[in-house]
Amino acid sequence: MTDLALAKATASPARRFSPALPGIGLLLVVAYGILPLVANEYLFDAILTPFLALALAGLGLNILTGYAGQVSLGSSAFMAVGAYAAYNLALRLPGVPFMIDILLAGVVAAAVGLLFGLPSLRLRGFYLAVSTLAAQFFVQWVFNKVGWFSNNSPSGIVSVPTLSVVGITLDSSAGRYLFALTVVTAVTLAVWRLVESPTGRALVALRDHETAARVIGIPVLRVKLLAFAVSSFIIGVAGVLWAFAYLRTVEPAGFNLDRSFQILFIVIIGGLASLRGAFLGAALIVVFPLLLARLGEALLGGLFDSGVLEMSQRIVLGLLIVTFLITEPAGLTALLDRAWNRIAGRFRRTGLPITG
Amino acid sequence: MPAVLSEPLFSPAAGAVSSALAVEALSLSFGGVTALSEVSFAVAPGEIRAVIGPNGAGKSSLLNVVSGLYRPDRGRVWLGGHSFASVPTDRLATLGVSRTFQNLALFKGLSVLDNVAAGLSHRLRAGVFAQVIGLPAARRERAEGYARAEELLAFLHLDGVRDRPAGTLPYGMQKRVELARALVARPRLLLLDEPMAGMTLTEKRDLSGHIRAARDDLGTTIVLIEHDVGVVMGLSDRIAVLDYGRLIADGTPDEIRNDPVVIDAYLGVAHDLEAGEGI
Repeated sequence: MTDLALAKATASPARRFSPALPGIGLLLVVAYGILPLVANEYLFDAILTPFLALALAGLGLNILTGYAGQVSLGSSAFMAVGAYAAYNLALRLPGVPFMIDILLAGVVAAAVGLLFGLPSLRLRGFYLAVSTLAAQFFVQWVFNKVGWFSNNSPSGIVSVPTLSVVGITLDSSAGRYLFALTVVTAVTLAVWRLVESPTGRALVALRDHETAARVIGIPVLRVKLLAFAVSSFIIGVAGVLWAFAYLRTVEPAGFNLDRSFQILFIVIIGGLASLRGAFLGAALIVVFPLLLARLGEALLGGLFDSGVLEMSQRIVLGLLIVTFLITEPAGLTALLDRAWNRIAGRFRRTGLPITG
Repeated sequence: MPAVLSEPLFSPAAGAVSSALAVEALSLSFGGVTALSEVSFAVAPGEIRAVIGPNGAGKSSLLNVVSGLYRPDRGRVWLGGHSFASVPTDRLATLGVSRTFQNLALFKGLSVLDNVAAGLSHRLRAGVFAQVIGLPAARRERAEGYARAEELLAFLHLDGVRDRPAGTLPYGMQKRVELARALVARPRLLLLDEPMAGMTLTEKRDLSGHIRAARDDLGTTIVLIEHDVGVVMGLSDRIAVLDYGRLIADGTPDEIRNDPVVIDAYLGVAHDLEAGEGI
């Protein structure tokens, strides 16, 4: 990210959480109460569950890149670590409840993240980004090479056991969606508490002026490593959701560099250093290809085959990212804020009382 | 021999321990270019001490050595009775030292209040978990930090912009936020690197008042680098003059004003100074 992008990205004060609690409450009511009743399997499996997993990964990367200012191109490696850790824990320690498996998988991902975060103590910006690529390639190579991780499956692709939490088996689409939703809600709440805490402030301080942060007594090295650990933990949990709630299989190819970029794009398009940003960005990344496919079909009919679709996805997505970086580095979050302010301003002018 | 140099500038044994800051024979060079050469002086507690000199005289290098950002080639720094060959920056705040920077060094994305509260970071004891879960000790610590920060905002008349992102404020105000961040921990020693650079006349006058108030009300010893000679003469108790990395004078404003060596090296001929004084 350029400095400009980061500076603009945080033009809204860190301590404000603008759509306010009523809005979040409403979202939760819809997500828990209404969607499970009205959505069909396609909506759950193709849109909602992957959206939740990717939003969570975006949230994790945003801690590292948006808040702490450390660029990473290795996100999907940490997703893979989380997914494989959870698979192996479930396989090898069958007595352990799955909720514990998820936590432990996150811890394993955090440990690996910490390890690959060590170069950040000496490297910055572009150089750090390149060193995180090492995580990406190394982790993928290990999972390809060492059969033990995929229980020596000849194809390297393994099916994960059915989700089962506190005795309830979640094998329906809705069940897996609700499971992902609950995990994402809990983690998001914790992340919100974190970014509002003095530690969250230290992350931003580190990003905005490392020397000043050091002089006022922020333990810079510890905070950097903490950012890597927390970020990798969350991305690892997102990997568990991706494998267990969405795909129901684990394979190294699912966690390649493309996925890392996808998560980075979620953060950039959604808005750096914004919790909402991860969700907005993930929504766009998940829904956009489907919309494009429908649109292409409607406009071009048979000419719009899967090859053309994939090409046009890349082109339009690329254009979108460039456009965002140039015109609105603070992402969808800022667009939404501006729209909200305009609406609120109009209400104020017409003299209607407005709250929130 | 100029008047100010007739006495020994510095006697390590007596001066260093009782002073708020003392530097002893500091030397620093960057690949053959001498930034500091055998610089020694002491700052008494409660003093406002200016460091002046032409560009490249080594003023900022001196502050960077004192705050541990540069490691001197030779010499020692005394801070509140401790002596260092190289000051540990990580412990600077704990030693009761804070500083501002020549170019703004605010956390642009944080609110003004958060910037100032961040100045208390070295006092935080609660761990991440305690903060996220919201254990009583962590909550108390956080509330106390914000309360202290609010006091400082009131002290520096910044309460009106409390929730604004620091990066969106006008320049002069950002300088003041940086001062608030440096003062919030009630440092024993405050280092200011060109606090008034680029400020308007009114802003300079206000800031001079704030700096004096910090000394008078909070008892902070202040070392500042400043180019505006008029401001320096009015504000400081003593002035140290650097030229080509050497200390060429150290005395009261009156002594410095009349020191031929200083006039020659920095102030220019006397009538220039008279004209400059009105600034």
